[in-house]
Amino acid sequence: MANNITLNIDGIDVTVEQGTSILDAAKKINIKIPTLCHHEDLCVAGNCRVCVVEQVGKQTLTASCATPADKGMKILTSSPKVRRARKDILALLVSEHNTQCTTCYRSTNCELQTLSSDYNVDNQIYLSVLKKGDTDLDKSSWSVEKDNSKCIRCQRCVRTCAEIQHVNALAVTERGKDMRISTFMHLPMNEIVCTNCGQCIIHCPTGALTERRYYDDIWEAIDDPDKYVVVNTAPSVRVALGESLGLPVGTRVTGQMVTALKKMGFDAVLDTDFTADLTIMEEGTELLTRLKKALVDKEKVALPMITSCSPGWVKFIEHMYPEHLDHLSTCKSPQQMFGALAKTYFAEKKGIDPSKIVCVAGMPCAAKKFEANRPEMRDSGFQDIDAGLTTRELGHMIKQSGLNFMDLPEDNFDSIMGESTGAGVIFGATGGVMEAALRTAYFLITGRPVPFKDLNILPVRGMESVKEATVKFENCLPEYSFLEGVEARFAIAHGLTNARAIMDQIAAGKSPYHFIEIMACPGGCIGGGGQPIPTTNEIRLKRIAAIYEEDAGKPIRMSHENPEITQIYEEFLGNPLGEKSHHLLHTKYRKRNRY
Amino acid sequence: MLNKAKKVDIIFSPYSTAPYQVLKEHHKKNNKAEVIDQILKSGLRGRGGAGFPTGLKWKFAAEQQGDIKYVICNADEGEPGTFKDRKLLTEVPRKVISGMAICAWVTGSTKGVIYLRREYKYLIKGLEKELDIYKQHAKEIGLNFDISIFLGAGAYVCGEETALIESMEGKRGEPRNKPPFPIQKGYLGYPTVVNNVETFASANMICRIGADEYRKLGTDDQHGSKLFSISGDSPKEGVHELELGMTLEAFVAEFGDGDTKAVQVGGVAGFCIPRKDFKSAVIGEGNTTGSSTMVFNSTRSMYNVLHNYLEFYAEESCGQCTPCRIGCQQLLKGIEAVKTGKKSPEYLNQLLKLADTMRITSKCGLGQSVTNSFSSIVNNFREEMIY
Repeated sequence: MANNITLNIDGIDVTVEQGTSILDAAKKINIKIPTLCHHEDLCVAGNCRVCVVEQVGKQTLTASCATPADKGMKILTSSPKVRRARKDILALLVSEHNTQCTTCYRSTNCELQTLSSDYNVDNQIYLSVLKKGDTDLDKSSWSVEKDNSKCIRCQRCVRTCAEIQHVNALAVTERGKDMRISTFMHLPMNEIVCTNCGQCIIHCPTGALTERRYYDDIWEAIDDPDKYVVVNTAPSVRVALGESLGLPVGTRVTGQMVTALKKMGFDAVLDTDFTADLTIMEEGTELLTRLKKALVDKEKVALPMITSCSPGWVKFIEHMYPEHLDHLSTCKSPQQMFGALAKTYFAEKKGIDPSKIVCVAGMPCAAKKFEANRPEMRDSGFQDIDAGLTTRELGHMIKQSGLNFMDLPEDNFDSIMGESTGAGVIFGATGGVMEAALRTAYFLITGRPVPFKDLNILPVRGMESVKEATVKFENCLPEYSFLEGVEARFAIAHGLTNARAIMDQIAAGKSPYHFIEIMACPGGCIGGGGQPIPTTNEIRLKRIAAIYEEDAGKPIRMSHENPEITQIYEEFLGNPLGEKSHHLLHTKYRKRNRY
Repeated sequence: MLNKAKKVDIIFSPYSTAPYQVLKEHHKKNNKAEVIDQILKSGLRGRGGAGFPTGLKWKFAAEQQGDIKYVICNADEGEPGTFKDRKLLTEVPRKVISGMAICAWVTGSTKGVIYLRREYKYLIKGLEKELDIYKQHAKEIGLNFDISIFLGAGAYVCGEETALIESMEGKRGEPRNKPPFPIQKGYLGYPTVVNNVETFASANMICRIGADEYRKLGTDDQHGSKLFSISGDSPKEGVHELELGMTLEAFVAEFGDGDTKAVQVGGVAGFCIPRKDFKSAVIGEGNTTGSSTMVFNSTRSMYNVLHNYLEFYAEESCGQCTPCRIGCQQLLKGIEAVKTGKKSPEYLNQLLKLADTMRITSKCGLGQSVTNSFSSIVNNFREEMIY
């Protein structure tokens, strides 16, 4: 082919498409070149210089991630010159680092640590150039902790925040010896425009950016006989937790996870999927109400309606599009619905004093920590969710408890608020909320299941940046005759850069959609900022596949058919959007500044 | 090699006839290929310091497809000890502008920018007047090439052409990965020629006198003449145009104070030549094409000189790539540690190795050239580093 070129790497001829980097060409023939600043999600930086290789005939070394392969190139990836240089560069990075691996949260999962160990870097060679100010840990945010003394200035977080999220909370500041990754005006993390999505954390090669950890508080609560500790786990945790504990990517560990949590001493192990199903009931009803107002009553209502499950996304719209907050569904996220019900409905049914309940959420998310601490999230009369833990923190807790995770028997979630459907499960993948909503809405409107084979609405699945779907309602039930013949248009975006594109369309008054699902993180929650590290596209796809497997294996796959959902409306809530729902399950948003 | 420093008067020679005559003559002859050929033949190398053959750059740029191309005049004169671009823009701006216009015409560029370092802001008024004059002449011959002025923000690294372009695009002044080179994808992604102020002036003069005449000056290795910004322990400080190819001995005989210990050729990015090498070393051969030439006599501590350079580097590195950001700090801390006895003298060998790593792994010329001054000073004045 005309666009292919052949080069020689370590004596092996390899043919690649023009424009392929030397790094990728080497990967093709299974030659691994070490990298630090490189991440497949991000644009090329070429600044750590660890991936240098020797190009025969050239005096200087070449950064293999940043240099396109060229015809006839002769590359040596491990010549003495290369090895010496790499080791020297690693030694330099270590000299700028606090080297406190023993107490580091990312220890054994740190790219700098791995490479330093592979190259056996001598920490005594160079003098420490760690800066005084860098050792001040920024713990101001509910979600993200920043430790400059572990930062290697690879700018992966900066590129993540700019390219994937279009937020630019983190940026390169100063120059030369003072160059560091910082915030607007060097403000603390809780005072800047940050969505708390945690994508910077899962793209950080070291322990410079981590989630704020709460597990010591949780252990304390578990150990307190006076406290009743309830945990609920999000759909995407069960398909990723295994990675933290040494299992292959895409392994579903729902049953083992439940057993582990029970053994660790949680008093009740419940399922966030239950409130995901509840979200479908509330959000679906809200959408139908808005559509009716628009179509029948000719009232002015904000359409398209946009999902509000993703707290990173919610904070994004509050900062960036404060004038369009009415497009957001007023539904709380499943986590917050869960908290509000745990300290009311659950407490009532179980006869427990709600003031003694500690409600913990196991989430794939960093922003959930911030969300749990929003002052408006106290509708139960207490702080609805006491702590949000990431999948990684849960993994750490399981390790701390000494359980042999792989050998644990499977168990079921406790009841009540432990029953869920396949529709609740798929909340974890991009497009999942939309699919779950359509399964139920179509059924409620027409009395028939949604016209896709096995209820699998394939157009809304997958990693495409913005997905679209259209559903025409025909032969509607009398109650919904106003939707007869209506072709409803849906869109799904994941990653805040894509969300921005959707919002710009709305701001310009040109949005053709009725309902939009937006998730802050690429791939949805399975790619969340609280998920195991690394997260790459290949890993995201495997987690997504596991989510849909879980869905397919569920006996009930439509939210409204969840018996516990029927029960809660009968016994406690009344109707979707009813008074109690309104009080406990819905919320308000606030306008925030752009800087 | 030349055994005598020979002053030349090409670049600052007074305007002989009407301004922009060279441009007009060639434009009338419509001999673009011949002009490029002349520049190639003259052996002119970039006068900013890197020394890339100018004719080649222009040729590549002319071969690039596309309606929009840029010509940028790099007047970010930041190399310590260099001050000839200021003099050129003050005294003979028309030669510079004319050189830019010739470059634009032969490469098919329609837009030009003078990237002026902020410290030279006071030159803007004069330059704008000159640009007005140029505009009339360009209109007269129907040349579609606009020139504007862009003010830098004061970073040394922005003299590196891709960092300069980044800063023009409103970003942090950080060098880019190459390839693509600016002649392929430069300012806003368009093919861009970036040349030093003096390069344009010299190109203009080559077009006037011809490559053959220009090549009469210099040696087999380097052709023509160039400007030297001479400072330090010299009774003849200032900008001097000299024929290329002279030995350090010849240079010191003319410009030294009789007690010259070392000469820093090409600024801090260049080499420090000690007295013992004056006879054999030729300025510009294997060292640099930069203008800065600093003369040190025996009262100077070479430790202090190097310390000063390294402080400069540790601050002026853009900080993005590891070897340059941390390497500069390590070299600085390292020589301090040796001087104060915290590290043994052998540590200097480790630092020399580090400087070599920086040379082969840094992203741009800044980090790559730190080793020039570092190694030449540490190797030649080792004793001063220790005691």
